[in-house]
Amino acid sequence: MLLSFRTIMRLLTHNMLTSHVKGVTNGYPLKLQAENIKVMSVDFNPEFVARMIPKLEWQALIQAAESIGHLGDLPRELMPEYESNEEFLKMAHHVLMEVEVIEGNLECPETGRKFPIKNGIPNMLLNEDEV
Amino acid sequence: MKMASGRRPEHQAPPEVFYNEEEARKYTSNSRMIQIQQELTERAVEMLNLPEDTPCYLLDLGCGSGLSGEFLTDQDHVWVGMDISANMLDVAQEREVEGDLLLSDMGQGMCFRPGTFDGVISISAIQWLCNADKKSHNPPKRLYKFFSTLYACMARGARAVLQLYPENSDQLELITTQAMKAGFSGGVVIDFPNSTRAKKFFLVLFAGGTMTKLPKALGTDDRAHQANFTDTRERGKGKPRKSVKKSRDWIMEKKERRRRQGKEVRPDSRYTGRKRSNKF
Repeated sequence: MLLSFRTIMRLLTHNMLTSHVKGVTNGYPLKLQAENIKVMSVDFNPEFVARMIPKLEWQALIQAAESIGHLGDLPRELMPEYESNEEFLKMAHHVLMEVEVIEGNLECPETGRKFPIKNGIPNMLLNEDEV
Repeated sequence: MKMASGRRPEHQAPPEVFYNEEEARKYTSNSRMIQIQQELTERAVEMLNLPEDTPCYLLDLGCGSGLSGEFLTDQDHVWVGMDISANMLDVAQEREVEGDLLLSDMGQGMCFRPGTFDGVISISAIQWLCNADKKSHNPPKRLYKFFSTLYACMARGARAVLQLYPENSDQLELITTQAMKAGFSGGVVIDFPNSTRAKKFFLVLFAGGTMTKLPKALGTDDRAHQANFTDTRERGKGKPRKSVKKSRDWIMEKKERRRRQGKEVRPDSRYTGRKRSNKF
């Protein structure tokens, strides 16, 4: 298997992921344990970032970014009229789209079950008894 | 992918086995396959009816080696790809696709929060759900799990356009029934229905929102090759209504029938079927 330079799981997607194991009612947010992180450069699209922010669980994003040491100056609370605050959108863009997890684990907050991340790809396959 | 030998891949092995390293590479380096996937993706995105010039957050189901995802990137969308084949995903990584990739089995359900995606596409993948690859697999149950969790993780009013190769009409019906049960409205759009080679099936699903018309199929002037979902039973339609017995209509019909049979029938007059008083 060749090594790749673009193996990614962005914090944007991490913010959307939840455990889908049968019987788990509180499978969000998955605790991010990152062993290997890469910072990439991604074209900034302020419109996209502004549209995505209402979809996010902001506190989960803060938690995840902080746990891997990439929170930076991103504010812990959303301020009013963030959509037009270019500086804020740039920071949000950086955290959401440019910090990528290569190796690590996603841990279910309810059960502790780990979903491993290898080469940037989370393995979300469930065992027979989890379906 | 349809094999030249005519044997469907779904009959040979589960997808994560069929798409071994060699097969995954073959699939991705076949220029005709690349072109077909590109065209199908373009058509699927067209039917998503996304707002113009707006980058959206999309899900690509059965993304494989990223052939369809690359088109999404070209259109400036941000996407998440899911596939059950680690080999296919490895090829996607080598090709440095921009989407976030997940190793996952869609028959086990989606692993996303409610309302996550602005749109969903799938190219040549969901027919794999119809096969029981493990003893524990129950295809209708897996299909329902897939569709119900898919519905939940889509934004209200978002669309899922799923291109597939159904083996037969029973399979297509199984799939559409489970989609309906899960709460989707929509239907099947068949492009180029009269060409065996070019014919393509798209399952177009709406996750809530206002009732919308299905996209028009390509290669046809009328809408005869689309089928909307309906969960209403149309009572009485299709059967010719019989007149109430002994009414004038009934009498006229009976006389006409007997004339057709060549029997002797009294001519019609204004007295035919006239209401008689009780003393008759």
